[in-house]
Amino acid sequence: MATHNLNINISGRLTRHFFTPLLFIWAAPTRAGTRTRTRVLPIRCYLRRASNFSRRFSVVPSAASASGSPEWNIDERFDVIVVGGGHAGCEAALASARLGAKTLLLTLNIDKIAWQPCNPAVGGPAKSQLVHEVDALGGEIGKVADMCYLQKRVLNTSRGPAVWALRAQTDKREYAMRMKNIVESTANLCIREAMVTDILLGKNDNVEGVCTFFGMNFYAPSVVLTTGTFMSGKIWVGRTSMPAGRAGESASHGLTENLQRLGFETDRLKTGTPSRVDLRTVDFSGLEPQHGDEEVSWFSFDPDFHIEREQMCCYLTRTTKRTHQLIKDNLHETPTYGGWVEAKGPRYCPAIEDKIVRFQDKESHQIFLEPEGRNVPELYVQGFSTGLPERLQLPLLRTLPGLENCSMLRPAYAVEYDYLPAHQCYRSLMTKKVEGLFFSGQINGTTGYEEAAAQGIISGINAARHSDGKSLIVLERESSYVGTLIDDLVTKDLREPYRMLTSRSEHRLLLRSDNADSRLTPLGRELGLIDDRRWKVYQDKLARVSEEKRRLKTVRISGGDLAADVTRLSGQPVKDSSTLESLLKKPHIQYEILDKHGFGNGLLSRAEKQCVEIDIKYEGFIVRQQSQLQQMVHQQHRPLPPDLDYYAMTTLSLESREKLSKVRPQTIGQASRVGGVSPADITALLIILEANRRKAQEQMRHQVLASVRADSNQQSEGPLTETISS
Amino acid sequence: MALLPSLRSVITHQLHHRPPPPPPLLSIASFLFHKPKLRRTTCKNLSFSFSSSSKPITLNPLATPKDNTLVFKKDERLVADNGESEEKAGTFSTIAAIVTSIGGPPGAVGIVRLSGPMAVDIVGRVFKPVKKKKKKSSGSGSWRPTSHVVEYGVVLDRHGNVVDEVSYDPGWKMYDEFLATYLQMGWVLAVPMLAPRSYTREDVVELQCHGSEVCLRRVLRACLEAGATFAQPGEFTLRAFLNGRLDLSQAENVEKLISAKSVAAADAALAGIQALRAKCIELLTEIEARLDFDDEMPPLNLNLVMDKIHAMSQDVENALETANYDKLLQSGLQIAIVGRPNVGKSSLLNAWSKSERAIVTEIAGTTRDVIEASVTVCGVPVTLLDTAGIRKTDDIVEKIGVERSEAVALGADVIIMTKSTESSTPMILVINKIDCAPSASNEWNKVGNSFNEHVFTCAVTGQGIQDLETAIMEIVGLHQIPAGGRRWAVNQRQCEQLMRTKEALVRLKSSIEEELPLDFWTIDLRDAALALGQISGEDISEEVLSNIFGKFCIGK
Repeated sequence: MATHNLNINISGRLTRHFFTPLLFIWAAPTRAGTRTRTRVLPIRCYLRRASNFSRRFSVVPSAASASGSPEWNIDERFDVIVVGGGHAGCEAALASARLGAKTLLLTLNIDKIAWQPCNPAVGGPAKSQLVHEVDALGGEIGKVADMCYLQKRVLNTSRGPAVWALRAQTDKREYAMRMKNIVESTANLCIREAMVTDILLGKNDNVEGVCTFFGMNFYAPSVVLTTGTFMSGKIWVGRTSMPAGRAGESASHGLTENLQRLGFETDRLKTGTPSRVDLRTVDFSGLEPQHGDEEVSWFSFDPDFHIEREQMCCYLTRTTKRTHQLIKDNLHETPTYGGWVEAKGPRYCPAIEDKIVRFQDKESHQIFLEPEGRNVPELYVQGFSTGLPERLQLPLLRTLPGLENCSMLRPAYAVEYDYLPAHQCYRSLMTKKVEGLFFSGQINGTTGYEEAAAQGIISGINAARHSDGKSLIVLERESSYVGTLIDDLVTKDLREPYRMLTSRSEHRLLLRSDNADSRLTPLGRELGLIDDRRWKVYQDKLARVSEEKRRLKTVRISGGDLAADVTRLSGQPVKDSSTLESLLKKPHIQYEILDKHGFGNGLLSRAEKQCVEIDIKYEGFIVRQQSQLQQMVHQQHRPLPPDLDYYAMTTLSLESREKLSKVRPQTIGQASRVGGVSPADITALLIILEANRRKAQEQMRHQVLASVRADSNQQSEGPLTETISS
Repeated sequence: MALLPSLRSVITHQLHHRPPPPPPLLSIASFLFHKPKLRRTTCKNLSFSFSSSSKPITLNPLATPKDNTLVFKKDERLVADNGESEEKAGTFSTIAAIVTSIGGPPGAVGIVRLSGPMAVDIVGRVFKPVKKKKKKSSGSGSWRPTSHVVEYGVVLDRHGNVVDEVSYDPGWKMYDEFLATYLQMGWVLAVPMLAPRSYTREDVVELQCHGSEVCLRRVLRACLEAGATFAQPGEFTLRAFLNGRLDLSQAENVEKLISAKSVAAADAALAGIQALRAKCIELLTEIEARLDFDDEMPPLNLNLVMDKIHAMSQDVENALETANYDKLLQSGLQIAIVGRPNVGKSSLLNAWSKSERAIVTEIAGTTRDVIEASVTVCGVPVTLLDTAGIRKTDDIVEKIGVERSEAVALGADVIIMTKSTESSTPMILVINKIDCAPSASNEWNKVGNSFNEHVFTCAVTGQGIQDLETAIMEIVGLHQIPAGGRRWAVNQRQCEQLMRTKEALVRLKSSIEEELPLDFWTIDLRDAALALGQISGEDISEEVLSNIFGKFCIGK
């Protein structure tokens, strides 16, 4: 790692701004009698302190790019351009603008900003963690979901705090409207309708802007592409297809080819959405209702957005024999079994025909009916996506109990689109090929609003930092679900659209929703996305939780109603003079029981009580995981130089040489996660690194000695000294 | 802004501590190349441990936009409560291995070496130093050795039993004397060499004990149970190299050492371990599918899961037993035949080995020197050591012979018909010459208390030798091996894997008993699967996911 830095420092190109050549003194102690000689090396450095968070974004065109088009007008120059106004694009644009970068959001259709084209729901297992984390960093998705929910439920409540998952059914229109309002009213953020067809490149393979279909050029040193399903998108209903990003919206053409021309590898993925039915034509009387939680939980850690509203009900129905028969009779009409769509669809979101073919012994599958808004009659038929032609879709829906007389508002369809395998990105989400170009969302092969938002905020932060000449932020895998998501994306081979799942997180006990703020809000604050008010809210919460834990350690009880109740619930005796903490550690004992007997702390919110309870109840596990993680992290986070020649490393297996060259991992840990790289390969890699380090050290010593010798031959003209201040 | 906790950066940390005066030429070179993992103290300054000290945001002064700031923050809530508790965690795990050669005749001294950030802690767990003066530390229990100062004591296993102990006489003066006397009797010397003043530049502790293989393996096992990992071939040297010891030309040799190991593997035991691992993954699949796809799955049959877990830990137990067998197959057993003169020791050796190896006469004290003969018991090579009969004697030659007998007895794995020594080596009482007094057997049944077994033999007819062999196998823990041999036998490394698995399963069972939620079960199941595989945790996730999708009908 040191080697790497040094190489860059000495031979790094002089790019754009923030490059201050410095005089650095290398003083060599030489033999007695000779004078100390100095060698001057330019070191790229910017001396601004980070605390000095004033904006230094460039508005003046640099000399290199100014030569081309003299007719520029200042309005077309930005610090960051975000292409796409979906869930990734919104978070990216907001983060970037809030960090002070002059940001332009280009979208195909302003009316569809933050649209939820599939299920209008936010959260669920693992996805909820993403939402909490984005919120902890200062993102928007959690707040908007909290404001627009139709129903909220916490899933997995009995399965442990690390897998508790808040899921909200949201009002599709309201969600888009609120997010659009936020985007429109954010300072530093401009919106414009445009179809981006090309990337403008600078001389050093750096991005300089984008070019639109109607011939406009917009310039910025950082560009974030969040193209969703729009890049060469094609939708399918049965055998019929048309170019479209979503039903009723035109696809974006030309960009794929131009990215390919720049050397990017592209591939194709497929996803789909089920039909929508008119809820006024559904008979709910025989269906099992699914109500929201009585006590509503929240995505956002900001209590200002905790406003309860009336909840709506979801319903459960099931497939019948007739459903299965109809599908089996018409399998040849589906794209997968008819064989006319090749793109890979997700395993976790299979079409109903897949489920029926693959699990023949299952007689019935659950189907959920979920409202899409308070003022629209649309019902989302979850679990019922299909590739059958439209003429069969209504008969198929009508095989479901309660939907016998339903009318269909929108047919189910599948969408195929281009994505760029994400090994072409660093974990900062900047592409390896083009400096300043960032990818986020479905372009990286993910699905889901939450996954998109998580990438969006990271690329937005980094795009702004890049245009300000700052180092990019990489969330380590072990730090968060966001980090895990991105690490998976850039490291592993993708075989289907990527969805976040709890099973993907190895250390999920430490990455819970309740501690997302204490893990990430300090970072959000340092980056500049958490304002003073929010920071105070956070610190107060932390103090209250910590104080309460201290209190529970010291308050002791002997006998009494509480002890009796605890004994009854936990089946364990309560010793005299037990601390409240020790009571909470017993099975089935929750904080509420302390409240019930007057031993609780009324100042704490429900979420804060949960924090206290988790910290105490699972302390042993948490501490053990923490130390395991810590041990692993020390080894795993060793950085790898970006310019390693893996093909020359003959001690590595052939497969790992190929894979490592492709992925170019940034750390040892990431390298070990690349498919086909064995522990023996990692050991070999470590040896090579150490050998390289020593060789470089040796070489360096020689060079310095040689130059010292050379210097001493010429008469030195007095020391050019200037001390470095850092 | 000023009160913000510092944004730590991995890449940039070194550049922050630029020494104030212009550094001299060579030292700046080494400074820039300085590797953070060398010392614990340095590690502490790394980004991984969160410091609560408020600094302004520290951005990399030399960063180009291409550089990254890697963020791994600790949970502030945890940090607030526990402070910096994790400073011990180092770059590597802590490894242990027997570093003196084994397999041949026992050497005088054997060494178990530990290296890694937890070496001192682990030794502190198994090693109880004999304190001349009881210091204040008696209560704390943590061992705080001074580097390069030898301490002596005993090694305890997990249950607190002394691994090797004989009565202790504090009258020793010199190191040699100590070695000659006490070490031989089962005492252990601990030699701490703290980082960076050690071979690997990590904390190294060497436990020097008696060179008998059984003793060495027990000490090693105690260390492994206390949390050390079994060292890979060449791993000490690898670490030494990675930490800046050895010169570049030696790197090649290290590489050879490392690559040699991957060839070995592949045997029946591996298949057995993998079957166990597959069971772990299967259980993980069952549980994790429910965590991700809550409402789409049939409920989990908890009884079935618990049955599977119990069956699995039984499998692990069984497999662990074979660890002994494999070890014995390689190293064999040393069995000393000792006893009073003229009780038929040499006859027994001859009868057992079906040879005339030892001279047998009527005269007490015929055998003067130690005589060896080789036999095979249940496939295990056994070296029989016939010794001089033990009695007080003025004959100078016989006296030396008696001394040798005692020495041999102490070094042996099993003693047959021993004098009343306090050694913890298992003993078998053999009542020989039963043809002379067939009725005597009843009497002897009463004295068995200080012996693990007693067997009646007649060296002249060969009667009872079979029983003796069975008794020996029972004592060394191989009695359960069926005649056809084990399905699979584990080696030392697999033994360690199984030990970890066992620990994880024990924790898992206690989680179940404490009625912890389902998610907590996955933690220990994952640990078990990890212990059984050579691959990383992420691969387990992928495997579990593929299983989930392959096995269950999920997805909406």
